Amino acid sequence: MTRQKRSHHKLKRAVAPYLYLSPSLLIIGLLMLLPMVTVIAYSFQNSAVLRRDPSFAGLKHYQAIFDDPVFWASLWHTLYFTCMSVIFHMTIGMVFALMLNSDRINPALRNILRVLYILPWLFTAVIIAVIWRLLLEPNGVVNSILMQIGIIGSKVEWFSSPETALHAVTFANIWAGYPLFMVSLLAGLQGIPKDFYEAADIDGAKAYQKLIFITIPQLMPIIISISLLDFIWTMQVFPLIWITTGGGPIYSTEVLSTYTYKLAFSSYNLSQASASAVVILLISLGLTLFYIRYQKAR
Amino acid sequence: MRKRHTPKDRLITVALHVALAAGLFFAAFPIYWMLSSSFKSNTEIFALPPTILPKAFTLEAYAAILGDPVKLRFFFNSYFVAGAVTVLTVLIALLAAYGFSRFNFRGKGSLNTIIISTQTIPPITLLIPFFGLVVSYGIFDTYVALILTYLVFTLPYAILLMTGYLNTLPRDLDEAVAVDGGSSWTALWRVIVPISLPGIVATSVYTFLLCWNEFLFALTLTKSTSMRTVPIGIQLLMGQHAFEWNQMMAMSVLGSLPLLLIYLVAQRYFLAGMTAGSVK
Repeated sequence: MTRQKRSHHKLKRAVAPYLYLSPSLLIIGLLMLLPMVTVIAYSFQNSAVLRRDPSFAGLKHYQAIFDDPVFWASLWHTLYFTCMSVIFHMTIGMVFALMLNSDRINPALRNILRVLYILPWLFTAVIIAVIWRLLLEPNGVVNSILMQIGIIGSKVEWFSSPETALHAVTFANIWAGYPLFMVSLLAGLQGIPKDFYEAADIDGAKAYQKLIFITIPQLMPIIISISLLDFIWTMQVFPLIWITTGGGPIYSTEVLSTYTYKLAFSSYNLSQASASAVVILLISLGLTLFYIRYQKAR
Repeated sequence: MRKRHTPKDRLITVALHVALAAGLFFAAFPIYWMLSSSFKSNTEIFALPPTILPKAFTLEAYAAILGDPVKLRFFFNSYFVAGAVTVLTVLIALLAAYGFSRFNFRGKGSLNTIIISTQTIPPITLLIPFFGLVVSYGIFDTYVALILTYLVFTLPYAILLMTGYLNTLPRDLDEAVAVDGGSSWTALWRVIVPISLPGIVATSVYTFLLCWNEFLFALTLTKSTSMRTVPIGIQLLMGQHAFEWNQMMAMSVLGSLPLLLIYLVAQRYFLAGMTAGSVK
């Protein structure tokens, strides 16, 4: 009797985790893994989604994308947008974290500034896009200030001239995204043992030497993993660009996500859009594998 | 000890405060501008030189938004969808996290890796098959379409956050229930859930925020004005009256209120969720 009970209990322990996980696995399987397979299938079909019996297209849609100069322009814009964003997110995040962590400011001021410096993080991409459109309007406040200081001679149409649009959306994204680095680095800074700095003080180290030889190496794991995540996420940015420039003018801010979206829902070429979506997926997966490897190695 | 109050030292402190002020301007001016513009009339927004404080303070933009049932519907939709997804996500993630945290089983490591990697799947990649599915199941332009698709990208984060939290709780507590002959199900609800409230709050906050901010799926999987959420509503406002900047700013302020309030009230939980992706 007891043995039976015990083996029954054991069986329950063995099955239980799968039961607890089953709703999640069902959702992730049906609504994430299956769609990923579906989109790959779409990319090899003619008139995917639109027709009930699509014919096999082979690599035709991939060929079409790789022959499209707008695709290559989008890839380049995505790279520029992403690299600049990550570099500046990291730099600004680091500078703000170091400033806030300094013992030269009074704790009350530190707490207030910490809250205020996080502000850009609390706003939705669409709202950020609308705010920057207002700020950068030709008759807006930024032009007005820059003209008064004398940096620019006449009104600049930041979002609607091909020379400045990509820089303008990148700037808006830099503004929107640095707090992730700031918050993470601030937490990291507080985790560095104080004796490291005390030992350096005894050796007569200068402030910049402490920064280069203690602070930055100690923060390196955080810097690397946040940079990777930020890179992956920034690559996928859609609403900010969609609302500010919509990819224009004349494709000058087209990125992979807006390019794919337009193929799918403006031209209704869902097969070709799927091919482009698969390319984005492959880039993301490559970076993700790299990220997971790095996390495991740590 | 460090020497203080030498002239050089003072200079550094002053320079630091100047830099802090510049940083504050960079971080907060755009927000301030949104807030102040929402209290201006539309003509004052483009007055030259720009007015830093609204010269003629007015609530007309807010009145226009709050008096329009179409716009109120955007808010209702956002709250409803985000609320429903949050409840579902937290429940489902709690069960999964309990499985991950308290049991050893075959495939645990690879499942964990899959869940971590699903966080980085580009939404645009899922969008096309979702569109196909939603249309073929006849749920295009419904709450169900939004709720189901939102679950997909809230769940992975929620599972990781909750698992992380449950791992910090001592196992003796639920083992005590097992010794008394209780099942793991009893242990979950009697012991784990009551002491997991901080973790549940952090997960809820982050899930709500992800849904509140979602744009791409809401844009594509809904069509009628009565199904649109706040982010899409703001975009629509932009298309309709391209020059009603004060209304757009008022709507942006109203659309940011939930996150601002959550942040002020529950800063700790908020940050726990926001940085969850990076501190696994």
